[in-house]
Amino acid sequence: MNFTLKIWRQKNARSKGRFVTYKISDISPNCSFLEMLDQLNEQLVAKNEEPVAFDHDCREGICGTCSLYVNGHPHGPDAAVTTCQLHMRKFKDGDTIIIEPWRARPFPVIKDLIVDRSAFDEIIQAGGFISVNTGGIPDANAILISKSDADYSMDAAACIGCGACVAACKNASAMLFVSAKVSHLALLPQGKIEAAARVQAMVKKMDDLGFGNCTNTGACEAECPKQISITNIARMNREFLTAKVCTQKKRVMAGGGI
Amino acid sequence: MATLNSKIPAGPLEKKWSNYKDHINLVNPANKRKLDIIVVGTGLAGASAAASLGAMGFKVKAFCYQDSPRRAHSIAAQGGINAAKNYQNDGDSVYRLFYDTIKGGDYRAREANVYRLAEVSGAIIDQSVANGVPFAREYGGLLDNRSFGGAQVSRTFYARGQTGQQLLLGAYSAMSRQVNKGNVTLFPREEMLDIVIVDGRARGIVTRNLVTGEINRHSAHAVVLATGGYGNVFYLSTNAMGSNATAIWKAYKRGAFFGNPCMTQIHPTCIPVHGDYQSKLTLMSESLRNDGRIWVPKKKEDAEALRHGKLKPVDIAEADRDYYLERRYPAFGNLVPRDVASRAAKERCDAGFGVGETGLAVFLDFADSIKRLGKSTIEERYGNLFQMYQKIVDEDPYTTPMMIYPAVHYTMGGLWVDYELQSTITGLFVGGEANFSDHGANRLGASALMQGLADGYFVLPYTLQNYLADQINVPRFSTDLPEFADTEKQVREHLDKLMKIQGQHSVDYFHKKLGKIMWENVGMGRNREGLQKAILLIRELRDEFWKDVRVTGELDEMNAELEKAARVADFLELGELMALDALKREESCGGHFREEYQTPEGEALRNDADFMYVAAWEYTGPGKEPILNKEPLVYEAIEVKQRNYK
Repeated sequence: MNFTLKIWRQKNARSKGRFVTYKISDISPNCSFLEMLDQLNEQLVAKNEEPVAFDHDCREGICGTCSLYVNGHPHGPDAAVTTCQLHMRKFKDGDTIIIEPWRARPFPVIKDLIVDRSAFDEIIQAGGFISVNTGGIPDANAILISKSDADYSMDAAACIGCGACVAACKNASAMLFVSAKVSHLALLPQGKIEAAARVQAMVKKMDDLGFGNCTNTGACEAECPKQISITNIARMNREFLTAKVCTQKKRVMAGGGI
Repeated sequence: MATLNSKIPAGPLEKKWSNYKDHINLVNPANKRKLDIIVVGTGLAGASAAASLGAMGFKVKAFCYQDSPRRAHSIAAQGGINAAKNYQNDGDSVYRLFYDTIKGGDYRAREANVYRLAEVSGAIIDQSVANGVPFAREYGGLLDNRSFGGAQVSRTFYARGQTGQQLLLGAYSAMSRQVNKGNVTLFPREEMLDIVIVDGRARGIVTRNLVTGEINRHSAHAVVLATGGYGNVFYLSTNAMGSNATAIWKAYKRGAFFGNPCMTQIHPTCIPVHGDYQSKLTLMSESLRNDGRIWVPKKKEDAEALRHGKLKPVDIAEADRDYYLERRYPAFGNLVPRDVASRAAKERCDAGFGVGETGLAVFLDFADSIKRLGKSTIEERYGNLFQMYQKIVDEDPYTTPMMIYPAVHYTMGGLWVDYELQSTITGLFVGGEANFSDHGANRLGASALMQGLADGYFVLPYTLQNYLADQINVPRFSTDLPEFADTEKQVREHLDKLMKIQGQHSVDYFHKKLGKIMWENVGMGRNREGLQKAILLIRELRDEFWKDVRVTGELDEMNAELEKAARVADFLELGELMALDALKREESCGGHFREEYQTPEGEALRNDADFMYVAAWEYTGPGKEPILNKEPLVYEAIEVKQRNYK
């Protein structure tokens, strides 16, 4: 198969970017999208030009490293896959393919198609955990968890943190990502204990980092490679509201503790 | 030759770990915050170690080459994690998990380490549940289990087909909490390129910031390497594209011995190779062998017709199918260990019964299970794996059998460590797949996750404390010491040299060539002639690489070609050591199959009299043959037998 590629090239965060057009031919339909880019890069190296920088690692759809806005869709036109799982058979011979980085202010471009997503790590650090240390934990079967709660929690926990939801959203909202983590933990009894504090801390961090608001367009869910549902956003809103209205104030005591 | 002290504690096997813990030196809480620990790698072993050490109060610096610690390749583990909980009441115990692991590893692992692994396995599940891992549950609310290869009990805990992801996210969130508390500092997109030794102890690392290209120095009182395995030496493997051996290889060149480098695991159920542009191989979880049956046609003409698309799998009558694992190994059937399953697949394909376009594939068929359990049950158990297969191959595994073939998956070898997981460099500890570990010559399925988390949550926090107890008066190190400057200079020279060659061929060109040499000669079947040839070919290729590689871009900017070049330069040295180790081990054991040494039935034939040892290779300088040190393996608790899965 033959393609015309229009790729965003940008030397680094400080310089201006632009689209550059490349032609590529003799691509197997069974080739993955990133393997197609590998072949383009091999050709560029052979011509002593600098290859296109793009993020990728596991190439099996689970690490969340690969990104790419392909023909206007995060992770390309195929549903429920990451870019590394997208195959060239999904395109037509002779197609022009436009390849851009994630576009969202909280994800600044580092080089070409690579963006900085460390804002997601910061949101998790603000509260996306259960406060237990290692050791001294009761037997795993001491807490019973209903199968449906475990299943719903797992549905939310399947998020790979790729950032497609933010890239898909016209407001660059991170609500789907944050709500997936909030739901994953709030649905489990061991995560419920600090659910109110967690949702407030994570939402505050999300706002501080400059992610936009949710206006219910559903683009995030439609583009999510792991099909994370927007019902998680509803759950997070409920958790957040309850937390704001009903949370007890943290009791501070002098002495007696550390 | 050096004398290796494995520091196995005294006492009966089941008391060793508690004896050790009862007698180690401790560091009081006020002193812990004066001590720095570097952890390189943020997979299961690294993240759980950083989280646990941070929770204890040590100051941890955690490094990874990925853009986020959550992306380490542990995330791709699919099937599950073993633990001796005996929740299924099917006769499991710590001893049985220990025994299965030693036997599965073909009696080439250290007894005391493996026992400890089995002993702490239960606590890993407790810890992970507390961290919020949504393991699969029964309707009554209790945890569910499945079976994995090499065991006759159901002891594998799982979270759909994403167990590694969920366990890693658990450890990552625990580590994130320590970042929040100020005990862990993260350094993402920062790759370790060398280790710094001050007065005989590991005291720091030199890294390259992958965004800016800056070379940086970092100091600490102790260094932990948890940088994973080296399967990418084969170019095509189930590893992530960035998985590399640089950290452990640089440590080896600074004096850490390399244990059993030839021990690699070829996983039986991967999607077959389909083109020379291919960049990686995708695993289909071993858990599929719970419900899938592996077969090839009995008649060569059927295999031929299938290869040419003249027949479909469903056209082959039941009587004309050879369920070769069930035929050869009736007791374990489709759930034999990985090394056995892989070799059996190779044997059938070599004999001309393989299917798929290339003839290098066998069927993994779910038709019987779908008939027995219904499509929805199979979908619930393996839905995401079936979807992944369908996306890659463009065939529906619910209606036609999957095609699979063995691929490089895991390396049992790694840096040699003693019972405390300390390497032969004082103060350098190694956890997870990066150490030569507890798996001997073959790892059982669902045991890598167990080992990574055992090392990180429950072993390193104790052994590091014991090491650091007499370091409390050592002030924080300045990175201005001459040892840091020297190491940084060497790193710069190495990278400069790579940049300046400006030859004709890309890095991938050399990596692919190396992979081919390794797969053909140091892969599933090895022999003396092939190994000798491989050593010569690797040396030639290495010379060619240093004359003719082309690295585009600049040193002081983001440069993926340079990252790859530095990694491949190390693979080109490590590959030779793997071939040398395989050559010297004149026996077959586990994943190391020397064609000269097999039973009349084609099973691996060990030579316990001469080879019951861990090979610990000692670096002696560039171009010089390394020294083979031997740690004899002593089995006190179990009887050493020929492995039998019939």
